[in-house]
Amino acid sequence: MSVEVRVTSLLQKAIGGAKSVSAQGDTISALLDNLESSYPGFKSNVLADNGELHRFVNIYKNNEDIRYLGNLDTPVGSGDVISILPALAGGSTSCRP
Amino acid sequence: MAIKVYIPGPFRVATNNSSKIEGYGDDVGEVLKDVGRRYPGIKALIFDSKGEVADHVCVFINGRDINTLQNNGTKVTEGDEVSIVPAMSGGAVPFTEEQIRRYSRHIILPQVGGKGQRKLLGAKVLLIGAGGLGSPTALYLAAAGVGTLGIVDFDTVDISNLQRQILHHNHDVGRLKVTSAQESIADVNPDVQVIPHALALTSENALEIIRQYDIVVNGCDNFATRYLVNDACVFLNKPLVDGSIFLFEGQASVFMPGRGCYRCLYPAPPPPGMVPSCQEAGVLGVLPGIVGCVQAIETIKLILGIGEPLAGRLLLFDALSMDFRVMRLRKDPSCPVCGDNPTITELIDYEEFCGAPITVG
Repeated sequence: MSVEVRVTSLLQKAIGGAKSVSAQGDTISALLDNLESSYPGFKSNVLADNGELHRFVNIYKNNEDIRYLGNLDTPVGSGDVISILPALAGGSTSCRP
Repeated sequence: MAIKVYIPGPFRVATNNSSKIEGYGDDVGEVLKDVGRRYPGIKALIFDSKGEVADHVCVFINGRDINTLQNNGTKVTEGDEVSIVPAMSGGAVPFTEEQIRRYSRHIILPQVGGKGQRKLLGAKVLLIGAGGLGSPTALYLAAAGVGTLGIVDFDTVDISNLQRQILHHNHDVGRLKVTSAQESIADVNPDVQVIPHALALTSENALEIIRQYDIVVNGCDNFATRYLVNDACVFLNKPLVDGSIFLFEGQASVFMPGRGCYRCLYPAPPPPGMVPSCQEAGVLGVLPGIVGCVQAIETIKLILGIGEPLAGRLLLFDALSMDFRVMRLRKDPSCPVCGDNPTITELIDYEEFCGAPITVG
């Protein structure tokens, strides 16, 4: 099954510069594996060494956070849009602790 | 039916210093009229010449503004508490001619009106950062007549800031940002009191500073401050209007006390160096204009109590595709700060939490 995966600019480099890419799989996990095989190194941007999602990265199925669905086992189907969103920090340069 | 009525400090001259009195009636209007009959001094303070509740007085029932219920017709029952709250600072003072002209486009909006404008003038908002995000937020909040703006920023203006930080001008290069901001704001609206905090926010000073304000608007550039401000707002029950930007993209959300926080969204920051800063990677100058204006709108909505806040939602903006999307955001029951069993109950060392050194954005 082919599913659209959208990424923010931080991850575009990892998928050849595109904003979105089509991936195969019927769970989030399978989509990430599929992306890893097409773009080696991709998964390290999203998953920690223990195989879990980085705590500063969220994945949404349509507009719902997969942490509240089935995490990496969340099923996906055609028509679903997956968004991968790492935290952003930018703003003012001068309020550091 | 006897209903408890809370009397604010300034009105207690009319109630022999009682803060709670009783009024009889089946709806708010009847209760207030009864109170007015028995305390003639109160009558003069609450009602205008037409016998209506005066514009500078808000009436709440169990903490809810009766304007959002059925006004004077709102039914009351045993155990309800009616509170009389005069508008905040300057509320009882009539607008000047100039203020009526200045805020006329607000005052004619039914959702704002004179009452709403007084709420704006009485509101105290703290801006974290007078940079890309803080600039448009500060200018629009000032123009709207938000009466008190605190600004936290320790830095001075650099020429590379002027591509996006519209609070500052050529002649400000080298000056403290809070000073430059104070002058720009005074030029826009002399009604606004600016409280400059020319310092770095730290675990030692954050609570003391944030405590003085009603709402916090976060426009900082780094994760350590982002988590510090988040945690402080949770501990102090302050609404936090969050925004962040990178390259051509922005994110914004509103964290309301008890309804989730930044840690529910992102439990931990990325390791240092993994996410490049705006200084390293660049940022489109107009981008903070969009995100900062979203933050200004959300702040004004919170002050006025109108519309639906951007709470429980994460707004994503992509300037290149000119695309706004909204993701659902939930309160995480396992959140270490605002969850069911919090493990972090005081401010921590945020540089350590985020890993040193902190990148400057």
